[in-house]
Amino acid sequence: MTITVKREDSFVAYEVVTREATLLEVLQEIKTMQDNTLTFSSGCRSSVCGSCSMRVNDTEVLACSYKVQDGDRVEPLNNVPVIRDLVVDMSKSYAFNAKAKAWQNTSSKGVGVTQEDEKTNEVQSDCILCGSCYSACPVYAVNEEFLGPFALTRVWKYVSDVREKDEKEKIDTIQTNGIWDCTLCNECTVVCPQNISSKSDIEKLRSKSAMAGYSDPNFANSFGGGFGFDGSPSF
Amino acid sequence: MKSDVLIIGAGGAGLVAALKAKESGAKVLVITKEYPTRSQTCMAQGGINAALGNAGEDSVEAHVKNTLKSAHGLANEEAVRLMCTEAPNAVEWLDSIGVCFSRTKDAKIAQRTLGGASAPRACYAQDYTGLKILHTLYDRCLSQGIEILSERYLVELLKDEEDCIGGAAVLNIQSGEIEKFESKAVILATGGYSRIYDKNSTNSTASTGDGIAVAVRAGAKMIDMEFVQFHPTALKNSSVLISESARGEGGYLLNSKGERFTDELLPRDEVSRAINTEILKGEEIFLDIRHLGEEFIDEGLPQERKLAKLYENVDPVHDLIPIRPVAHYTMGGIEVDDTSATDVNGLFAAGECANHRVHGGNRLGGNSLLEIVVFGKQAGAAAAEYALSKESVERSIESNFKLKLETHQHELDFYEMREYIGNLFYKNVGIVRKKSELQTALDEIKDIKSKLHLMGVNDKSKIYNTNLVEFLEFQNMLDICDEVVSSALKRDVSCGAHFMAE
Repeated sequence: MTITVKREDSFVAYEVVTREATLLEVLQEIKTMQDNTLTFSSGCRSSVCGSCSMRVNDTEVLACSYKVQDGDRVEPLNNVPVIRDLVVDMSKSYAFNAKAKAWQNTSSKGVGVTQEDEKTNEVQSDCILCGSCYSACPVYAVNEEFLGPFALTRVWKYVSDVREKDEKEKIDTIQTNGIWDCTLCNECTVVCPQNISSKSDIEKLRSKSAMAGYSDPNFANSFGGGFGFDGSPSF
Repeated sequence: MKSDVLIIGAGGAGLVAALKAKESGAKVLVITKEYPTRSQTCMAQGGINAALGNAGEDSVEAHVKNTLKSAHGLANEEAVRLMCTEAPNAVEWLDSIGVCFSRTKDAKIAQRTLGGASAPRACYAQDYTGLKILHTLYDRCLSQGIEILSERYLVELLKDEEDCIGGAAVLNIQSGEIEKFESKAVILATGGYSRIYDKNSTNSTASTGDGIAVAVRAGAKMIDMEFVQFHPTALKNSSVLISESARGEGGYLLNSKGERFTDELLPRDEVSRAINTEILKGEEIFLDIRHLGEEFIDEGLPQERKLAKLYENVDPVHDLIPIRPVAHYTMGGIEVDDTSATDVNGLFAAGECANHRVHGGNRLGGNSLLEIVVFGKQAGAAAAEYALSKESVERSIESNFKLKLETHQHELDFYEMREYIGNLFYKNVGIVRKKSELQTALDEIKDIKSKLHLMGVNDKSKIYNTNLVEFLEFQNMLDICDEVVSSALKRDVSCGAHFMAE
């Protein structure tokens, strides 16, 4: 079978023996046996390190959990600088975690976390920071200051945790270039290899924000001489 | 860039060390050859041991006893006692910073039994324990403003005229430049060397023993390098780990006839040997967790189900999982004292790259996540104290490391050699060893080392050259291989994971 891999400005075709294998296994075979210059990241092979996220036929996947098929077209993630071939610079999306203050503010000892409490952010704490969600996000594509899906999920992870006694700072931080910028398109949910829905985490953060006295600035503007959904002025 | 304490490696041990060193007042910098959160720690599934007694009666004393028994006389009782005594504090601290542990009905941290343990002692977060601990540590580092630089590969430790550590030279993988990071103390937290077994290992491709090899070149010592733990249950074709918790929760091991052949909850070395014996008889070996039921599997072992489906096309809810033992954890490492200090002034080590003599001949499941917290903290505190008491050095220390990208030959393919050595070691320096086979492996390693000048990189790019990084890793692994097999040859008597056939 043949797979094509985006390298610099063009796609390069590689012929490999047809078999049942993950894309990562095939990329490793190409690198070690056909072309030592093919460049990609990998680590755990078991979908927990987040290193081998890339796009196949326009969809974000982890190469280690995608079964390769004849004709697959492999590209690096979107919305992020490509360093070489399939390797991208993750430093900017990683930096959103700090910007969003995605950590527990208070050190809390002896808080009784119930089974029910634990379930509220069990899935959110499965995040592997692979960056698939930023690649698929149409808002981040046009606003590079948007805090983005995984950082906001991480904020929800801590805000929703019974051990966090000081959530205000985080709620304040995500008002600008944060939760209200999201269009709730759900693309992040679709591509997440860990079944996390940043979209619904953002919705939950909106409710929390509303309870803290914040409101949707887009909504407010539409009454105050802003623009309507079709772009026409709405007075 | 200058710091008091430079931490190399951003897995659990590195991040805990960074937090502690920073708390102690030192200026810290962390570098990693990957990104933080991508390290081997994220792959730990089973749990972290602490005698909390949340799921059944337990005591620190029992934890010490179990650990010492599994270590087969090679552990340092004082170090073991420290680790086990500190364990409840370590877990309490992780809980206090937000690790999402699984819980019991009465709102305590849930615990389960792993091999060799006399009680349900491993605190877990489904089968994502390492992942959730590592990410929470990372978040904690961000909250403390700790700087972490990614994609920096350690090539050399720098020393001053007094033979004290003065920092490190690293390859910036992104730019291809050699960078110098000066510091008064260095903590190595670079992980183990299970990838010397190449594809016969559960580990990330990054577990290449770099820190150990580099430390030895700087004058540190390695001890007990022959002790390699083979995990009984890796998926047969891909070597991807199926956690010991699958057996802890009641899973069986079966041969082709559908018979159980061992006590599944013995320590890992014993279970691996029992499986190996069956395989040598021509049996295929399977893990059976069908009787645990779908609901239980999805709740406690979700990752296992996903991985078995992906790599072996079997659904553990309905099918047997084909398995075999592969290299999983390396007990050997850099020799350190009771402050995590090595023989080199200013050089400290923690985590799998170090040997604190708590695992001895065979590590117990659930003790490695514990080790990285307890000894990461110790190393961080000791390195900070050392660095803060040392006057800063004004003169600059030079690196002797030169990248020889253009001059490398490639008459022999190092990728082929890497695979060859992995299979050779699995067979000759594996679960059961014979003197003659060890000698063959040593001869072959010496031979391959002598041909190193015929190997090199085809990729001449400076930018993100993984061909080059993998070649540098390969050279480190050759040094490690030499030591593993040489020390195995010196130990005639079976002990823990080092098992000599009659």
